[in-house]
Amino acid sequence: MMDAIAPGPDTGPDLAALAADASGERAVGRPTVYVYEAPVRICHWVNAFSILVLMVTGYLIGTPLPTVAGEASDNFVMGYIRFAHFAAGQVLAVFFLTRILWAFVGNHHSRQIFYLPVHRKQFWKEVLHEIRWYAFLEREPKMYVGHNPLAQTAMFTGFTLFVAFMIVTGFALYSEGAGIDSWQHKLFGWVFAIWPNSQDVHTWHHLGMWALVVFVMVHIYAAVREDIMSRQSIISSMVSGERQFRD
Amino acid sequence: MGTATETFYSVIRRQGITRRSFHKFCSLTATSLGLGPLAASRIANALETKPRVPVIWMHGLECTCCSESFIRSAHPLVKDAVLSMISLDYDDTIMAAAGHQAEAILDETRAKHKGQYILAVEGNPPLNEGGMFCIDGGKPFVEKLKLMAEDAMAIIAWGACASWGCVQAAKPNPTQATPIDKVITNKPIIKVPGCPPIAEVMTGVVTFITTFGKLPELDRQGRPKMFYSQRIHDKCYRRPHFDAGQFVEEWDDEAARKGYCLYKMGCKGPTTYNACSTVRWNGGVSFPIQSGHGCIGCSEDGFWDKGSFYDRLTTIKQFGIEKNADQIGMAAAGAVGAAVAAHAAVTAVKRLASKREDVDHNS
Repeated sequence: MMDAIAPGPDTGPDLAALAADASGERAVGRPTVYVYEAPVRICHWVNAFSILVLMVTGYLIGTPLPTVAGEASDNFVMGYIRFAHFAAGQVLAVFFLTRILWAFVGNHHSRQIFYLPVHRKQFWKEVLHEIRWYAFLEREPKMYVGHNPLAQTAMFTGFTLFVAFMIVTGFALYSEGAGIDSWQHKLFGWVFAIWPNSQDVHTWHHLGMWALVVFVMVHIYAAVREDIMSRQSIISSMVSGERQFRD
Repeated sequence: MGTATETFYSVIRRQGITRRSFHKFCSLTATSLGLGPLAASRIANALETKPRVPVIWMHGLECTCCSESFIRSAHPLVKDAVLSMISLDYDDTIMAAAGHQAEAILDETRAKHKGQYILAVEGNPPLNEGGMFCIDGGKPFVEKLKLMAEDAMAIIAWGACASWGCVQAAKPNPTQATPIDKVITNKPIIKVPGCPPIAEVMTGVVTFITTFGKLPELDRQGRPKMFYSQRIHDKCYRRPHFDAGQFVEEWDDEAARKGYCLYKMGCKGPTTYNACSTVRWNGGVSFPIQSGHGCIGCSEDGFWDKGSFYDRLTTIKQFGIEKNADQIGMAAAGAVGAAVAAHAAVTAVKRLASKREDVDHNS
């Protein structure tokens, strides 16, 4: 899994590298690897959009907008905000499940965010290396086809665990409105066995949102930074699926 | 009190109803329920032979607000519940007997109605110091509770005290007041939370048990589904204002006068399971939200420990200072944001420096 690849000549001769244009300027051939398959990329962007909607609407449910004037029957502001939240939540749940299913079908990169090889010494060594790289103690980053070990750790906790937590608590809270005979309550009502007062579930759901805000900030920053610093494509890889190595 | 074997028939006769009228009632009931011709005599037989359910009502650490609520029940009237429907054999607060006479009833009931009586508990036992913080009849209440629970058919945990712990179990809970279901684990327990529970909910639960001879269907928390399956918020008459986005922002603003939703004033209706917004209080006259004050969530677990009654978000004390989820979240996001910015700045400086180095190196 930790397929760090050594940059350099062993990537083989590239035909493009031998091509030249009319003025004799060499085209630069760059090795690319197909990493993120289409379902992974679709799930990524749908989840990203859902999470954005969920954060904004979720915050507005906790801290509603100023009172609107007029008759109650003429307005449905909270109703629409809550609808958007519930709709985005169910979209997120469906695509999160799809993503899990794809981990069984897809290539080995699609499985990376669902586990941590904590039993492997090499893993921890490379996590340490990545931490040193982010602490400016290493001059050169290692290159990885998929996530680097630190990124894998961040994705596993920040995305997989946190989002799973949000989906479970979210459906549990939804079941309060849907009623105790609803499938949501049958599947997720056990959350209220852990926290009998649903106010606590609200609080945890709230904290989970802020944890995801922090994750998103770090995720985007790391993606942009690595795109520039690590000499391999990161952001465009999530669009095209291909990772390009620029050295 | 004391004659626990009294049947419904003898109660009906005692209230001056003739045997003829009693049989008319049975036939009419059978006919209106569409039952067969034999049903009338079977109803009569049941009423003549079925003993009223004996109830032992005990008081632990509590304020008697449950009893105060119970005696104000309007539908059914509490006199009907106590004098006709159940056989209230022991209730140290309202019974005539006292001292050894009163305590003797407990032994008598245990012997005569083993496994058939209902144990209604108001309040909870404190467990600290061997239960010495609540002495009842010369013994720790927890011992009396365990003794009576042993032979009970089922236990009704009246109020937030018996169900969750309530104020005496609020942090730091010096007496270690403990809800009934944490002390008695081998009996069916019906939680009827609220501080106090609604009178009609209390008599409603009693009526159900005496009518059907079984316990009402309970939810995951052990509360009767018929009264506690929905939140105050789900049936609140101010709910349209919530959906419209119309909120009271200050206690004396125009929105408060118009009766808008109290969500922003910290109303706990959206997290509180109770029947206040449907059954209401004092014979259906009103309930807190109708009186212009938010719900304080008195029927919920640990409602004293969730911070202010006027905030939607729980106060989280684990961080040393009292903060809510939003304040903690924003602080964390701000700190991470600053860290990201600083990291980006260092990265940029380093990169420039290394580029210059490369240039120097190449030239």
